[in-house]
Amino acid sequence: MTRLNINGKQYDIDLPADTPLLWVLRDEIGLTGTKFGCGMALCGACTVHIDGQPGRACVTPISALAGRKIVTIEAIGADQVGQAVQAAWVDLNVPQCGYCQAGQIMSATALLKQNPRPTDADIDSAMTGNICRCGTYGRIRAAIKQAAGEKGATP
Amino acid sequence: MNTPFHSSKAMAADAAAPETPLLITNISRREFLQGATALGGLVLAVGYPGDLRAEDPPKYGADAMPHGWVDSPLVFVAIGEDGIVSIVCHRSEMGQGVRTGMPMIVADELEADWTRVRVVQAPGDEARYGNQDTDGSRSTRHFFMPMRRCGAAARQMLEAAAAARWQVPVGDVQAKNHEVVHVATGRRFGYGALAKEASSMPVPAPDAIRLKDPAQFRYIGTGKLKLVDAPDIATGKAQYGIDTRLPSMLYAVVARPQVYGGKVVSYDATAALKLPGVVRVVQIEPTPGPPEFNPLGGVAVIARNTWAATQGRSALKIVWDDGANAGYDSVAYKATLEEAAGKAGLVVRNDGDFSAAAAAAAKRITAEYYLPHLAHASMEPPAASARIVQGKCEVWGGFQSPQGVRDRVAKRLDMPVEDVTVHVTLLGGGFGRKSMCDYGIEAAVLSKAMDGSPVKVVWTRDDDLHNDYFHTVSVEHLEAGVDARGLPVAWLHRSVSPTIDSTFVADARQQANYELGMGVINVPFAIPNIRIENPEAIAHTRIGWFRSVTNIPHAFAVQSFVAELAAAAGRDPRDFLLEVIGPARVVTPQMLSDTYNEGESPERYPVDTGRLRGVVELAAKEAGWGRSLPKGSGLGIAAHYSFVSYVAAVVEVAVDARGEMTIPRVDIAIDCGATVNPDGVRAQLQGACVMGVSAAMSGAITFKGGRVQQDNFHQYEVTRMPAAPREIRVHIVPGDYGKPLGGVGEPGVPPVLPALCNAIFAATGKRIRRLPIGDQLRT
Repeated sequence: MTRLNINGKQYDIDLPADTPLLWVLRDEIGLTGTKFGCGMALCGACTVHIDGQPGRACVTPISALAGRKIVTIEAIGADQVGQAVQAAWVDLNVPQCGYCQAGQIMSATALLKQNPRPTDADIDSAMTGNICRCGTYGRIRAAIKQAAGEKGATP
Repeated sequence: MNTPFHSSKAMAADAAAPETPLLITNISRREFLQGATALGGLVLAVGYPGDLRAEDPPKYGADAMPHGWVDSPLVFVAIGEDGIVSIVCHRSEMGQGVRTGMPMIVADELEADWTRVRVVQAPGDEARYGNQDTDGSRSTRHFFMPMRRCGAAARQMLEAAAAARWQVPVGDVQAKNHEVVHVATGRRFGYGALAKEASSMPVPAPDAIRLKDPAQFRYIGTGKLKLVDAPDIATGKAQYGIDTRLPSMLYAVVARPQVYGGKVVSYDATAALKLPGVVRVVQIEPTPGPPEFNPLGGVAVIARNTWAATQGRSALKIVWDDGANAGYDSVAYKATLEEAAGKAGLVVRNDGDFSAAAAAAAKRITAEYYLPHLAHASMEPPAASARIVQGKCEVWGGFQSPQGVRDRVAKRLDMPVEDVTVHVTLLGGGFGRKSMCDYGIEAAVLSKAMDGSPVKVVWTRDDDLHNDYFHTVSVEHLEAGVDARGLPVAWLHRSVSPTIDSTFVADARQQANYELGMGVINVPFAIPNIRIENPEAIAHTRIGWFRSVTNIPHAFAVQSFVAELAAAAGRDPRDFLLEVIGPARVVTPQMLSDTYNEGESPERYPVDTGRLRGVVELAAKEAGWGRSLPKGSGLGIAAHYSFVSYVAAVVEVAVDARGEMTIPRVDIAIDCGATVNPDGVRAQLQGACVMGVSAAMSGAITFKGGRVQQDNFHQYEVTRMPAAPREIRVHIVPGDYGKPLGGVGEPGVPPVLPALCNAIFAATGKRIRRLPIGDQLRT
């Protein structure tokens, strides 16, 4: 049994300790906003926050998470920065298919919480682990800048 | 009768637990608004007003598609007494914005207030909704007018209801912004108050429908509306195929043959069945004959969660018979294609006399181009769920062709089509992959094997890359005879690539007319002697549609070659391209030996070289063509006509001393006729640029021993943010709503690859003829 703290709630999970957090979120708890994309921490679709740091749920076994605070896309709107990022995403029509965008928003939020005024290079560095096959990168960059309070960010 | 219906979210998430009913009391199923009720599966056989159905499909466009089109407001519109207008979207959303664009058309003609519009996703039911094949960049071009008529008819029914209540002539009332107003007195009723009476008004006959003057459009063409699904996407609530959850759901992962045509000889599931969470192991039988959209067969592990199923699959011991394609090797196959390209093939277009003109030409120039297989690699891998209850099967998933899933599941499970319901979720990317519904059939087969229990089948990324319906691989051989000024007077193009037809017809070896008609046969150039040949190629894997399909290799070869001819002539590439296109003129598909023309009428959709010239000139102007750039930087240009739209791209590259390339900017211009959602067009073109860059820079699926050599994104690299063009400027040629519309989702991709490689040539003098670029620029 592993006790997990997810979005402020406690869950007792009766699954093998090597089970990745991703499948606990998706299949056991029903938090399907965190997406499966690669299973090898290559695409970022499964990005969550673990004690405030972005982490890849697809390669993080639940055994590594006891006592740590996990936040998913479903709860990131409770955070002021997360809410601003979500609002910018909607305002600039960032998503196309939208499947990767939960992970993009989690990475972007983590970036802005640590670095409220990121440069383009900072954005590249923070977002390079998140693939968008639809190619929304220009709008993602613009939305991060808008959430950071820059005026006139256009996709 | 109280008639609840499900919102699209509820449908996607859990059909057993619909959200709060939105609709209406006292509406019989034959009355207005019944359309949405069918979404809950509550309405049985439904009669249509015959005059609103395409009874007798003519030949072209939407008329020629299976089940044609439907424009009845009874099918697409529901208005609740609370005034909420529900509009059905019958096409699948995969990022192209159709769930925003299509209902927007209806809402505009309906004079609905967008803030009170809800979008409801249709299940697979083409007899009811018309064609649902979400492909070919044709949703808007085929349904713009039917959806306008639908909205206008509903508006007129509301006006008729208000006029009847006031006992005034209908000409004295006007629908405006969710109300009907009696113009003389200013009296008004909201749509909700009129819904019930409107439902008993006759649907206007086609010749009585009054469409808006486009100058009065409130949403269409304004680009003001936000994407309807963005709030759910940004908060993690949006439901994709992989997100379906049903009570007591089981999870399946399948070991499929790694070689095309391979079969299971035997398997040992002992170890797999000992793992915690593994419930059962089931063999899926392959289907004899060409693959079509059928499952490949294999061994499925069914478990309590996806991870356990994945672990279980790893523990299977399977003996495979690899079959006839175990020798498929991409290196050897490239040589095979090159050999075929070196000899004459089936002549598919022959203008003038290429051989004589080439022999008499001042100079002959030859080049050959190679493009490898590509995988779609949608971020959501294929995934679907199914359950069977009391002989009725329900399937959930992201499908580009939901009716196709319905028909095939019914056939595979040997049940009537009416007993199969296909719920369409959002697609986490499609790009053509999800037109092929093998994964949906797998879910149904596995549910049946589990006595109808709900089963979700999930493809892992290596499944997706190993067992895709791949974009073809091709060698494009070009020869030109040029005159003293360097302009081509003779043009030979041999295009060699395994055909998508091989997925349907055993041993198909020639490109189909729908592949040739994608930019090889129908080059609209002012060249008197043109010969197009198609040597044979044998497929050794499943070939399928990939966003913009064979336009990719054809445009890459043609537009690279024109730039090579320009360089040989010492000419400016833009000026030379315009000269090769020739003066503005209208060319019929027949003149180009093109029998495809994207399924569109040759009269309504001829090739207009003036429009092609127009996008070249626009992209060049906006890009500042000819501006001075630092050493190592360059601009490249390319143009292509596809999906009855015209696109040109100018790409700027910067290549440093080590051969590292960046793309500071792309200017891309499209003439697709009038637009419904200009910001959506911009988004599609921006995405097309990134997908084109991705294919050019790193996209390659290769085979060895019949097996795909790429397992995941570390080996099949797709473009990430730092390598993507830093700035993509989209330029839309204004259109006329009275004229035929063109496609948008796909035509942006083809010109990007040659424009990029032409830019590399301008920057470095290096000509890329073999994709991907990979490390070819490294010094």
